[in-house]
Amino acid sequence: MPLLDVRDLKVVFQRKGAEPFTAVDGVGFAVEPGQTVGLVGESGCGKSVTSLAIMGLLPRRGNRVTGEVLFEDTDLLRLRPQDLRDRRGRDIGMIFQDPLSSLNPVIPLGLQVAEVLERHQGKTRQAALRQARELLDAVGIPDPARRLREFPHQLSGGMRQRALIAIALACKPRLLIADEPTTALDVTIQAQILALLKDLVDRSGTALVMITHDLGVVAGLCDTVNVLYAGKVVERAVRHDLFADPRHPYTHGLLRSVPRLDADRGGRLHQIRGSVSDNIPWPDGCAFAPRCDRVIDDCIGATVPLTPTRRRDGALRCTNPVPLEVPA
Amino acid sequence: MSETLVEIDDLKVHFPIKSGLLFDRTVGHVYAVDGVSLSIRRGETYGLVGESGCGKSTLGRGLLRLVEPTSGTITFDGTDVRALKGEQMRLFRRRIQMVFQDPLSSLDPRQSVESLLVEGLKAHDLHRDKAAVRQRLRSTLDAVGLPSSTLNRYPHEFSGGQRQRIGIARALILGPELIVADEPVSALDVSIQAQVVNLLGDLQDSLGLTYLVIAHDLAVVRHISDTIGVMYLGALVEEADGDRLYERPLHPYTRALLSAVPIPDPYIEDRRERILLAGDLPSPADPPSGCRFRTRCPWSQPRCAEDRPLLRAFDDSGQRVACHFAAEILSGDLKMHEVRTELIHPDTDAPDVGAGLIPTRTDLP
Repeated sequence: MPLLDVRDLKVVFQRKGAEPFTAVDGVGFAVEPGQTVGLVGESGCGKSVTSLAIMGLLPRRGNRVTGEVLFEDTDLLRLRPQDLRDRRGRDIGMIFQDPLSSLNPVIPLGLQVAEVLERHQGKTRQAALRQARELLDAVGIPDPARRLREFPHQLSGGMRQRALIAIALACKPRLLIADEPTTALDVTIQAQILALLKDLVDRSGTALVMITHDLGVVAGLCDTVNVLYAGKVVERAVRHDLFADPRHPYTHGLLRSVPRLDADRGGRLHQIRGSVSDNIPWPDGCAFAPRCDRVIDDCIGATVPLTPTRRRDGALRCTNPVPLEVPA
Repeated sequence: MSETLVEIDDLKVHFPIKSGLLFDRTVGHVYAVDGVSLSIRRGETYGLVGESGCGKSTLGRGLLRLVEPTSGTITFDGTDVRALKGEQMRLFRRRIQMVFQDPLSSLDPRQSVESLLVEGLKAHDLHRDKAAVRQRLRSTLDAVGLPSSTLNRYPHEFSGGQRQRIGIARALILGPELIVADEPVSALDVSIQAQVVNLLGDLQDSLGLTYLVIAHDLAVVRHISDTIGVMYLGALVEEADGDRLYERPLHPYTRALLSAVPIPDPYIEDRRERILLAGDLPSPADPPSGCRFRTRCPWSQPRCAEDRPLLRAFDDSGQRVACHFAAEILSGDLKMHEVRTELIHPDTDAPDVGAGLIPTRTDLP
């Protein structure tokens, strides 16, 4: 049984005097214990809104969240706010993109880590701080005893992200949601943080939902990858399948438009016409159709369903997919 | 076309750290750029990579004297740039233009695209002939792939990629010879990034431009650059052409950087050997003695703390490297050793996750 089962999640933003905007349109995916699942897409594809909706962190006013978010048979969307607060931080941890704005600038780091333990495990301040020290040590922060008394601005970016990971892991959650955890970091620091995450997942069996725009990060980390476009999952596959044979024209185009370190230099990159925001509101049928090279008449008008493919865990939302590469 | 356009020799940009209430005392310096020498040939793309805080942007700005260099010489096409005074310098800037990272904050939101583009022409008194200006605006917008209807619109009306095109158009309109592009694509989405990278390539082909591209993304830099310079803590540690740098990285930092860049291919990712660097960049206000990289270098030796290695030609391939032991590391005579982040408690036996050297695991499903 999956640990987290998101079914037909829909988030509609309703602003006064504006057309309702469907930011997430029927996203569904499942996470098994110990599995790493990736949500990939460009800005505006709804990946962050998906994660906020799962955690119940979207503002109450101005939006409507429907669907089911089953965490071990409990629908998180139907929990009372106080019950949800008990779960957040205890069963589900979250790591955000920008560690500086997710840490409180006027509270010492130690208290911010200890707070989680006091809140969820009823520990005393003393005991919580002791454990906070161990946590900082475990995520590779040198001299944790001193760092406990320091404020976020005294730490480097990589160090802050490690602290945030320590907070997220404080109560040994069974699910960790990481929203662009390395985007604000340099590559060598990114490599450190990814190695840390990978190691934690391997050792503690925590399931990880990795939200990122970086296909390279996904390639090394995720078991299953969901590609999002315009609020919908357009392709899902086990990572080896996805990168070897992307079937959706968007995935295919995206993979070819990234300059690769190991590819031949020079030449032109493949480019995808236009941008996501050119076509808001997204059209009926396939939202990618206006930018797609393989667009046919069937793509426009009727909604294209997400259909399972023959590959393991695979699914695809396309009427005219890129043909599988025939081995030469 | 191998004529040298820009020659930078031992350029230093130091920022004073001031302290005191009444009298500003200088209590130290941030050695943002500390002795960089490089040359850029006409028509080539020189890529400068490094992580945040390594001084790559300061170097680009120092080249245009947007920040005043502390010492060193800059020669642009035979002109000593640092000797130019006020008005001369202002007029000279027409030949070097800059493209910035964030197109939204580098474009004035209250100026229409036309006004943004004409501003540069006005500064150089090229706006008198209305018909010529029209013609110039049209051809420039055409070159960057924007319709001429954009002239009456404002920056907020465009998407990120289009805004970056406007930024490039603004740099192009004066007909510069050198364009300094500071992180031109890092704020853009992958599919848009490809459009802008291709545009920069096309413009170089059609206008014969020379680029200095400053970026942190090694994959992008390698794709567009003829020569790549790798910077670490204010100094150039290695310089080579793009293919050679990837095939034969000599400096330990370059090796770590290359191994840290994720490649979108699971089969490669699973098998790659990773050199994980310990800790963070030291403060540029208090750089380590000797080799700047020695505190994080898995190959560091006692000599590295005493002698600061100079950038020297490694062999006749033109590859330059600032490492005492480049040859020994390349031949494998010198082995990696563990580097610990400063001040880890020796009494705890917690795993030093990410702080040591962890090879990539191959046993993931």
